[in-house]
This record gives sequence, C-alpha cells and structure tokens, in this order.
Amino acid sequence: MTDKTMTPEDVVARLRSGMTLGIGGWGSRRKPMALVRALLRSDVTDLTVVSYGGPDVGLLAAAGKIRRLVTAFVTLDSIPLEPHFRAARQVGAFELSEVDEAMFMWGLRAAANRLPFLPVRAGLGSDVMRVNPELRTVTSPYEDGETFVAMPALRMDAALVHVNRADRLGNGQYLGPDPYFDDLFCEAADSAYVSCEELVADFGTAAPQSLLVKRHAVTGVVATPHGAHFTSCVPDYDRDEAFQKLYATTPWPEFAARFLHGDEKSYQSAVQTWHEENA
Amino acid sequence: MTSRAEYCVLACADTWRDNGEVLASPMGTVPAIGARLAKRTFSPDLLLTDGEALLVGLDGRAEGWLPYRQHLAMVTGGRRHVMMGASQLDRFGNQNISCIGDWERPSRQLLGVRGAPVNTLNNPTSYWVPKHSRRVFVEKVDMVCGVGYDSAAAAGPSATRYHRLPRVVSDLGVFDFATPDHTMRLVSLHPGVTAEEVQDATGFPLARADEVPYTREPTAEELRLIREVIDPQGLRDREVPA
Repeated sequence: MTDKTMTPEDVVARLRSGMTLGIGGWGSRRKPMALVRALLRSDVTDLTVVSYGGPDVGLLAAAGKIRRLVTAFVTLDSIPLEPHFRAARQVGAFELSEVDEAMFMWGLRAAANRLPFLPVRAGLGSDVMRVNPELRTVTSPYEDGETFVAMPALRMDAALVHVNRADRLGNGQYLGPDPYFDDLFCEAADSAYVSCEELVADFGTAAPQSLLVKRHAVTGVVATPHGAHFTSCVPDYDRDEAFQKLYATTPWPEFAARFLHGDEKSYQSAVQTWHEENA
Repeated sequence: MTSRAEYCVLACADTWRDNGEVLASPMGTVPAIGARLAKRTFSPDLLLTDGEALLVGLDGRAEGWLPYRQHLAMVTGGRRHVMMGASQLDRFGNQNISCIGDWERPSRQLLGVRGAPVNTLNNPTSYWVPKHSRRVFVEKVDMVCGVGYDSAAAAGPSATRYHRLPRVVSDLGVFDFATPDHTMRLVSLHPGVTAEEVQDATGFPLARADEVPYTREPTAEELRLIREVIDPQGLRDREVPA
C-alpha cells in the first residue's frame, strides 16, 4: 500500500501559481494553517482560493497570494471581521466571487459528483446574482416548473484540509463535533493534502462515522502537530484567542517578521516564546 | 421596573410564538435570551443549538447532532426560524451584512453574504437591530444579502414560495411587513419611546396606525426567568444599555 506521508514543503512543491486551491475548515476552525504557512514561504502566487473563510484567507490576502477568492464570508468567529481580508478588499487587491453558504456547499457537491452544476433555492432576488453575472438559472423539467440557481461545480486543482488523526494511506479522522465540508473539499479537488495532529498506525476502535476523509481522495498526508494553530482543532485544542487577537491587531509586516520568517517549527517556537512573555 | 433590554428580549421571544417544532436560530445576545425564554414558557417544542454542532435542551444536554451541512438542510427544509442581524435594512426588508459602499471596492468590508440569501428564500427570517438608526434603516441597502419582499417578488415564484419576514425587533420597537405593499410597519413601541422618535431614527417613511400600542409587559414569571435563570449576568444590558 502506498505510503503518502510528506512534509508541508513537499505539498507546496506540488502547487503551482495560478491554481485553484480549496481550503477546508470553517471560519477560524480546523484550518490547515501549517500548510497555509508553508504556502506563505513559497513563491506560489496568483491563486484562486475557495474557502469558508477564516485566517487562511486573511494570511494569504495579506501576503498578496490571492488573485480571486470564492467565499460566502471571512471571519475569525470570536473576532467577527477579518482585518487583513477587509484591508485587501478595501483596496481592491483581488477579485471576489461572493456566494451564499448553501450555494457554496452545492458547488462542492457538484464537483465531488462530477456534475457541472446543482440547482439551489438560494441567490435569487439577492445581489449575489448581480455581483456574479456569470451565474445562470435552471428551470425544473417537472410539473412545478420552478426556477433555481444553477450553482456551478467548484472544481479545484488542489485541496488542503486538517484533521485530528490520519494514517499513512490518507484516511483522515475528525474527533470534533463538526466535519465541516472537508471530505467534500477532498473529493472536489484533483489532488488533496491532509494535515493531521497525529499520524496513527490504525484507528483502533474509532466510531466509523468519525473516519471522514477516505484515502482514494487523498494525495498526501502531513503530520503537523498543532498545525491548525491558531484556529481551533477540538478536542485536541481550542482556538488560541490571545494569539488570534495579536494576529488581528498587529500590523502585517511586524507579525510576519516575528512569526512567519522561518519554518513551521520556528513558528511554533515563536508562538511559545510569545506566550511565555505574556504569561 | 422592566428595562429596555428586557422589552427587547420579550419582543424577540414573541417572534418564535406558535412556531411549533422548528429550530430557533438566534444571532445576537438578546435574541438568544429571547429564544430560551420562549422555549421555557410558551413555545416548549422549539429546538435550540449550542451555537456549534449540537441540538441542546434547556439544560444544555445534547438531544441531536446538527453540523453545518445538516443545518443548511434544515434551512432549505424550512423547519427553522432565524433571527439575523443587519448592518443595513430597507423598507421592504432587504438586508445587508456584506459591505458598505460600492461592492467592487467597498468603503467598509463586512462579513459577506453568509447564509442570508438561502435563509430568506427558505425559512422565516426575522431581524434584530440593537441600535436603531438611520445608518441601519436605510432607503436602499448597498448589497442585498437577505432578500426583501420587493426583491423576492421581482425574482419570481421560486423566490416567493417560502419567503417570509415575520418581524424586525430593534431597541426602539417592533415592526412587521403586514401592509398591502409589504413595507415596514411599526407594530409596537417599547415603553418610553415615541413614534416620532422611531420615525426620526429611520431613513424611510414607516407605515403605522394612528395609535401604536406599547410592546407587552412581561409576566412576573418571565421577568424572573430572564433575570435569575437565563441571564443572571445581565449580558442583555451590554447589548441594549438602559
């Protein structure tokens, strides 16, 4: 059986400028932040990012990596508005495809099912139609004759997700309360990379429904303990609220210089030092 | 003496009256207290969430699992009544939480449309505005996220089929859209507020009767529940200062 383990650098080496990249998690929850940080250290740019947005979007926007963003929102949850995303939007730094949360989900489902679109009762009557003039509607072929938005498939070149446990084959397990849409991200992408808190030999007596991501949809597995920091990865850890606040209130160059200059190990160690200084 | 925040809690709670076995989705502190008050009193069948992926009883114990993907199915299935916030709201109930100014290059980027488009076309959607002002109640919203009555009508039968905006509650009063042309109407004033005050704080003409009643008084039991059981820390007063 194929051992799919790799490093964050191996993952980024497989990404190219101009790609469409899906990022799992939701808001400031279970984001594959170690992989995003590796991406920040690379020269990959000009990305179309597809995300239920959190600090993944804020970081990539601040670093000028995004050409187009597909999203329904960007938030840090406990801090409602993402400052770096806002700043980038307010200077017109990237294109935006702003869709509704349910439209986004149907776009993922369409891609995972190899369909060009799926109908959804959402978007009609809202300015989502105005700001996405390429969106089309579809009329039910049955007696009701209703008209729906035909949400196009959100097919991606690559997806990045983070889970609690994974094996070397690419099976991923989540232990928190919500799967978000991580399995769909993997199935909707040509390549998917799963980072995990812990690499395991097997899943023991795990509840089978916790085995979210299946190996046939996964290209690479990366062990990144604390790799979702500073977003939450329950039950392994909650969001690092103090650090998130620092992220949201520190000018970008200063934050990047202190925390993002080195590799993942030096990031984690800089975070630890910051916490010790502020204990 | 009943506080303004407590009248707001009552008005929010009444939004879920007679809703039956649906999910009450409150956004904001006062609506969250209102939903719990409704469930403890006149609407015991309401479903509540823990704000994450669980359906919970009043004691906080799980009675069901509701991750985001299933929550979205509950929206499109219609068994939910959400009370959303609004950065802007117009006379037909169009709501904006996305951005202020021109969408292409906003002067203030906010959250994004979130689930407002799907909510408004599929399940009853009410709004909570903690600070009633002309900045919120505008002639025309900059980005239609939540769909108002005029926008739904213009979009056709698929948009109007399940579209319903039952209430708007603000710190000044209670409103609905039960007018012939579905424009916002002043239903009740919180005690201490005048209709003129509300109109002055609103950026479009409000429909209203000659005599506008006051928002109802709480029962002694409702006040006890709010003050001693649901919100003993007084979080409601932080959202609506006395």
